Amino acid sequence: MDAPDGEPAATPNAQGVGDMPETFADEDGTLTRLHPNHRKHMRLEAGIAALVVCIAAFIANVILPIPPGVIVLPVILLAILLVWRMPHRRFSARGYSMDDNRLRAVRGIWFRSDTVVPFGRVQHIDVDRGPLERYFGLATITLHTAGTHNASVKLPGLAHDRALAIREEIRAHIKRETL
Amino acid sequence: MTGTAVIADRHHDVGAAAEGAPQRTDPLTFLVKAAAVVPQLLIPLGFVSYGVFDDGLPSEMIYVALLAFMALSLILLNAWLGWRRFTYTVGTSDIRVDSGILSRTARSVPYERIQDVSLEQKLLPRLLGLVAVKFETGAGGKDELSLTYLSEERGEALRELVRERRDDHSDAAILPGDIVEGERARAEPATAQSETLFTMGPRRLVTFGLFEFSLAIFAVLGGLAQYADTVIGIEVWDPDLWSGWLSGPSGWFAALGMAAQVFSAIAGLVVLALIGLATGLIRTILRDWEFRLEKTAKGFRRRRGLLTRTDVVMPAHRVQAVKTATGLVRRRFGWHRLSFVSLAQDSGSASHVVAPFAQEEEFAPIIRAAGFIPASEALDWRRRSVNHRTISMVGDGIALALVAIALLVLTSSDSDAFGGRSYLVFLPLALGAFLVVRQFYLWRFSRNALDADQIYRREGWFAPSTLVANRMKLQSAEIRQGPLARMLGYADLHLGLAGGTYRIEGVSLRRARALRRAVLASIARTDFSRLNR
Repeated sequence: MDAPDGEPAATPNAQGVGDMPETFADEDGTLTRLHPNHRKHMRLEAGIAALVVCIAAFIANVILPIPPGVIVLPVILLAILLVWRMPHRRFSARGYSMDDNRLRAVRGIWFRSDTVVPFGRVQHIDVDRGPLERYFGLATITLHTAGTHNASVKLPGLAHDRALAIREEIRAHIKRETL
Repeated sequence: MTGTAVIADRHHDVGAAAEGAPQRTDPLTFLVKAAAVVPQLLIPLGFVSYGVFDDGLPSEMIYVALLAFMALSLILLNAWLGWRRFTYTVGTSDIRVDSGILSRTARSVPYERIQDVSLEQKLLPRLLGLVAVKFETGAGGKDELSLTYLSEERGEALRELVRERRDDHSDAAILPGDIVEGERARAEPATAQSETLFTMGPRRLVTFGLFEFSLAIFAVLGGLAQYADTVIGIEVWDPDLWSGWLSGPSGWFAALGMAAQVFSAIAGLVVLALIGLATGLIRTILRDWEFRLEKTAKGFRRRRGLLTRTDVVMPAHRVQAVKTATGLVRRRFGWHRLSFVSLAQDSGSASHVVAPFAQEEEFAPIIRAAGFIPASEALDWRRRSVNHRTISMVGDGIALALVAIALLVLTSSDSDAFGGRSYLVFLPLALGAFLVVRQFYLWRFSRNALDADQIYRREGWFAPSTLVANRMKLQSAEIRQGPLARMLGYADLHLGLAGGTYRIEGVSLRRARALRRAVLASIARTDFSRLNR
């Protein structure tokens, strides 16, 4: 678990990719991790970008009068880091929690953001699915509030069913509260 | 609570046959959307054909035509798919819209949140008998839901339906005695029809105008000079012109002698000051003539202006936060400005000025009339984190030290501009020292506090400002930390404020969490739909 200090892991020995615990905790409560496919999704996205860059680096290496591998090798190393390591770190830094009246979304490795949106302030709800998200069965839920700053709060990487369930729950909450 | 629940809900028949099931917009929408894109295609096509025919090869006409045909069919296909994949559902508790060809978006707007439904017709839709149905919620303009396009009858019917549904839902929601206003507004005398809260007489206005010293006129004159430059041909910024005038062939300025030179320089400054004062005075009088703020049954009413008289009414419950601010000089004489942050915009700026120039004790009745409690020294004020202060001081110091080093390198070189002028290095050093001291004092004067219902923030060194928000009226709360902040245990707290921003910077992580907990606990007590009615 490589979430930096201040965000203690639930268990200290959760190093592996597969056996990462479902939840982790901080002072404000327990956070649930996003769907494991979210990490695959981030890897695929990074992979597509990395592929383009690597091909460009390869061409540059062939064209330019320099020893083979001077450009390509560092670029490939960097690409491996970005495709393999970063999605994992980003994934382990992300989490959400939901209780009766609020949704909390946490993200960011270096720049951490921890947002809470009370259901009582939600104006409307979007469930978005891009082509890759659809392939992985994922969805992004966006809560729109009337605030000027942070007017829309996004939570990506949820299973589609889960996103719909959250939407229904928030809608039910709004209905209940205004009755 | 999963997908099945949604589907069941969708098929739940509400009454009329058209309701409850996903519906498409009017097929003619396709035409309108395609018509909007085709002109964009024509321009590049024009360039292509120009390039081709310029070479005098009309035989290539066939390729251009083919290209145009393919682009056109792509656009039409896209418009058609977009229309096919756009459905809306009038459900029991919300309006739902599904859209997108590859990326799918599902939006849900609960009836409780719909404040109004408007129908809009532009020229082409109007010719085709179509309307855009727009649903207004509290969210910002671009995020509002709109259905483009429905036939006029269906649009009208939908509007009626939504209004009915909304009223069904919210009738029960309006409790006797608006909750937000509730506790404090009850203390207000209900008899007062129109109570004057603040006025400015001519004397106050003139004093105010003197503090509004402005050299903006010179920006205008500069613009005119630029104009003169191009039109008349006098190069105002040409130093030769001025030195020519000053020392010139006759050298009249140099001939004046030392005393006269000093005198004319002082006279110039005095004229400058007088112009600045006059500009401020005139602008203030034009804007705030007969300034009058009243509390009426409908809310706050503000009238002001000499030539353009404005009359603004703002419902008291729409006030989201109150802000007091001041200026560098006017503060010495105890003058401050009070403004309300509200959902409505006031001539471009987000906050409404309700008392532009007043002594602090004059604010209390206005603030109380809006249902807020003025900030007082008795509160449990907390400072920012000491680590944040140190980092800010070090950061500013290092930045300016780097500038100084760069200058030192430049001045020790042989360059024309800097060579030998090593005294220039003291400029960034002095500025750096000032900024470091400034960060220290910013820390000293920035503080935040909580009471039963409100959250307070005070900041600024020479011109401090105070922002007071009712926690119940906030929308969201975010704690943000950069890498340094995480290492040193401080954070920024961003609160979602309708019509403004509310940021408490550099407090310790524990304090940020405590503030956020208090905000969330207050928010949980009241639903949004009850806030702004």
